[in-house]
Formats: sequence, C-alpha cells, structure tokens
Amino acid sequence: MRFNEKELISLSRQPSERAAELGMRGPKKGDVVKKRLVKLVVNFLFYFRTDEEEPQGALLLEQCRVEREDSQAFSITFLDEAERKYLFECDSQEQCQEWIDSIIKASYEFMRKNLIFYRTEIHRLTGKDPLEQYGIEDETRFQVTSGLQLMPKDI
Amino acid sequence: MKLNERSVAHYATCDSPPDKTGFLFKKGERNTAYHRRWLILKGNMLFYFEERESREPIGVIVLEGCTVELCESAEEFAFAIKFDCAKARVYKMAAENQAAMESWVKALSRASFDYMRLVVRELERQLEEIQEGAGGLQGRPKSSRKAGGVARSKSGASFSASHVPSTQVTGAALAQGSAHAHNLQEEVQLLSGATKENGVAWSKPSALVNGCSEGPHSGVPVSPGTGCFSKLHDWYGKEVAELRVEWLQKNSSLSLFNLCLMIFLPNLSLTVI
Repeated sequence: MRFNEKELISLSRQPSERAAELGMRGPKKGDVVKKRLVKLVVNFLFYFRTDEEEPQGALLLEQCRVEREDSQAFSITFLDEAERKYLFECDSQEQCQEWIDSIIKASYEFMRKNLIFYRTEIHRLTGKDPLEQYGIEDETRFQVTSGLQLMPKDI
Repeated sequence: MKLNERSVAHYATCDSPPDKTGFLFKKGERNTAYHRRWLILKGNMLFYFEERESREPIGVIVLEGCTVELCESAEEFAFAIKFDCAKARVYKMAAENQAAMESWVKALSRASFDYMRLVVRELERQLEEIQEGAGGLQGRPKSSRKAGGVARSKSGASFSASHVPSTQVTGAALAQGSAHAHNLQEEVQLLSGATKENGVAWSKPSALVNGCSEGPHSGVPVSPGTGCFSKLHDWYGKEVAELRVEWLQKNSSLSLFNLCLMIFLPNLSLTVI
C-alpha cells in the first residue's frame, strides 16, 4: 500500500505530545528489546534509532489496544493482528502509566467520541448546538449515531 | 520508513464509520492521467481504492498538516492537496461536479487531528463555563488548561496509578455495539479505569484539584478525560459509589454523568439521554 512517506517523516519532526527513550521490541518472533526514541505526534507513534534524524518507523494508533504488561512496560496490539505485540519498556511505573494514558487519547476515534459527548451535553444544557458557530454541525463524523453504523458501501 | 501498513489498510475498511466516501479523479503518480478512484476519508487518512468493491486500498494520503486549494487545471472541478514540507508531492484531484468538489474540499481541509483537537478543547472549555455558571460559583479558580487534547489532571492526583485494569482499548473495539452517546460515559469510565464497583480501594491523591476545599459545590469538570468518577470518589468517599450502584439498579440506562448532575446541580431538570 502506498503512503506519502515524505510528509509522514515531516510530521515526525513536529512538536510531540510525548517523547522519551524507551526500550522497544517489535512484534516478530526473535525481536529483541532495543533502545528507541519514541515520539507521539497526533495519532502516530514514531520510533527513531538513537541519533538518527529520520524515524525508523511509524505506527498509526487507530484500532489498537494498549495494555499494561508489567509494572513498567506496556504493549500495543492492533485489532486486526492480535497476536502481534509491540512492547515498550519504561523507566518507571509513572512514566508507563503516562504513556498508556496518552496513547489511548491519541486516536481520532477517541477525540470524535469526546466531541460528540461535549456537543450533546452543551446542547442539552443550553438548547444550542455549539458546532453551529463553526459551520460543521452537519458533518457526518460529528453525528450522534442512532445505532446504525455507516458502512462504506452504504454511502 | 516502516509503517504498520496492514493495520492501516485494515483501518480503512473496518467498522468505524468513514467521514466521507465517494468517487474522485486522482492524478496519477507515474502515469499522469487522471484515474477514477473510490475514496474513503477516515479521520486524517484519505484512502484510495481502485474500485468501490476493492478490499484493499491502493494507497493512503496522511492528511495531517496539509492544505487544500482549488487549482487551475484543464480538468474541471479540480483541487489539490498540498503539504508544507520540502519536495512534497501535490495530490491533484477532480470531482464530478461543483457540489462534490466543494464538499470534498471542505471535508479534507478540516480532516486534521489538530483541528479536531482544537474543536474538542473549545467545547470542553464551553462546557466547563456552562457548568460553573449553573453551579453558581464565585471566585473558583478555573481548572487549568490541559495540554494534549482531552483534559487530564496535572495536580498531585494520579487517578489511575495503581488500579488500571489490565487492558484498555481504543477506538472501535470499545465502541462495538455501543456507538450511542449515552454509552460514552460508560466507555470513558472503562478507559479511565473507573468502572470498578465497591470494594476497589482508590489510591488517594496527594493533592486534590481545584476547588475541593470549598465543598460539594466546587464544580465538577465532567469531561471524560478527567476521569470524573474517580475524582468524585476521592471527594465524597464511598457515598457516591453506593449511590451509583443504587441508582444504576433502579435506572439501568441512566448514565453516571446524570447522577453527578443530580447530586451537584439539583436545579437542573434531568432527562434520561
């Protein structure tokens, strides 16, 4: 699958939500823990070899599960490949928890749900739709679904 | 640079609702003719497929940081997706009519994560203001603006330090079967580890956040990211947990948020969402 690599590399240089040197182990059998600079930018987790300008790789953080593995480690698994775990080792329990919390909140889906929540509450409390001021009240992505998930082929 | 391509491709076709889909003409990368493609916009990712029925995308354009411009082209209803970085590719597209072009330009220019985050923060701020107003507070310090999207407490309190459930799930896995807004609170509680009923000892925060010393009416920043339930529990001890169990037993569809409002803002009339 093609992707705009240059732009993604450029994104990896943007200010990050969180960045630290962590021990990282890939999902393949035989992968070992290696020190990587891990950087969270929007809904991507970039990882760099020490002192390298360009990231070695990127993980899109949608449709993934973040789990505590240990007192100081967490893992990321993607829902389509549940057996493959990316493991991250932190320096402390606190750091580990902070990473877990940040990654959970780093998905577009999570933000969408928050937005819908706030929109609904504000509307309920004031009678006004707060998205009207932005002119985005009709966008599909901000609608409170009535249980029917829109599938691509339905549109 | 590596990318978790298989999972990214899976994101394109999985259950989560797309933000926009449709046919567009896309100017080729090597072959510079315009090719008709089926496009799926999800979040800040624009996937393009050969056919509507194709199971896998040909490719994806990560839209973060892009600008969308109308462009002069021999092709009618054309627009371009541009990026700020050096030697960036310009993605030229053309729609089938004026309305489609405008709709796509609008959707694509607002597709970034950053934009969403801005809107979410703004709404969060608005909600806090409304709640402070409704609670009749005077001189209560505003909860600090948190960095990084949804509010997190940065005081000494660490709500989930020692009692995080062993798995926390993002995205659609959690949302399966519960896309409703009124389940959001339950989902969010799951995310912040707050669904554990009585019997779980919460780690007491070393310092409580704004306004606690003023008593019950110090305001409840009930944005999902602050872990509303755990804050309340710390403030009011077991009372809330017991009340909640009682309440939920009576009204299974009543969300915790409504419960909070009932307790702290008794003048508001509540309807079950």
